[in-house]
Amino acid sequence: MSPGQITLYVFVLASITSVLVMIFTRIVFYAALALIVCLISIAGIYALLYAEFLAITQLVIYAGGVLVLILFGIMLTNRISGKPLITESHHIIKSAIISVGMFLILVIAYQKTSFNQVEPAPSQGNHINKIGIELMSTYVAPFEIGGILLLVCLIGAALMASSFKKNDHV
Amino acid sequence: MSDHTILFALGAFFFSAGLLIVFTKKNAIMILLGIELMLNAANLNLVLFNRQNPTSYEGQFFALFVILIAVCEAAVGIAIILKAYHFFHTSVPDQFSDLKEKN
Repeated sequence: MSPGQITLYVFVLASITSVLVMIFTRIVFYAALALIVCLISIAGIYALLYAEFLAITQLVIYAGGVLVLILFGIMLTNRISGKPLITESHHIIKSAIISVGMFLILVIAYQKTSFNQVEPAPSQGNHINKIGIELMSTYVAPFEIGGILLLVCLIGAALMASSFKKNDHV
Repeated sequence: MSDHTILFALGAFFFSAGLLIVFTKKNAIMILLGIELMLNAANLNLVLFNRQNPTSYEGQFFALFVILIAVCEAAVGIAIILKAYHFFHTSVPDQFSDLKEKN
């Protein structure tokens, strides 16, 4: 077993453990922290799959941006009680049946395809350089549209979250 | 069993776990976390499919734009949850019973 494989299995085990913590914990804050561990493990898996740019994007945007936003949301939605935000569960058995069925369907469908026979060759070269060139040439239209979408989301979210009434002192 | 089989099974596991969290948890923030997990399962699959053809980067670009959409979704979702918390003083969607503020 090569060192790359050992690292890959460590990341896989860490992500599975953190997802199980997310499922079984009742405190929302702990679930968000477990999701951070899971996303960092996925970034490591991306780096081992020769997707370095995506790994760094995952670290910066997800683990650094989205999860901090969600932690802010958790802290702002339990300011009255002061106790940790507890979530209850419902429809456990039905949901477990649906989820396990979904997992089995996906795994069986993958086993029946033809592309699981191909063992991909290790790729070489500077991927980030090529990705930067392609992002600014072939994929420039979706890139710019994505920028406009981000701007619209930013303005919309800021307006929606801050429009308090005039006589409402919160 | 090769590494790629394990990673495809890991993607399927992430998606199923995200589905389970969205279905079972009552808090709106937990539902948002489950959606993020499902989007990450899709991203992992896209990167794995990209490895079948190492000379192109189409799967990685698709995953990049999925991350972009996920960021927008999280920002707007948190804004909606905060607004609803301001009106109803709870973040459990089952208790959001009115469409307008009580007088």
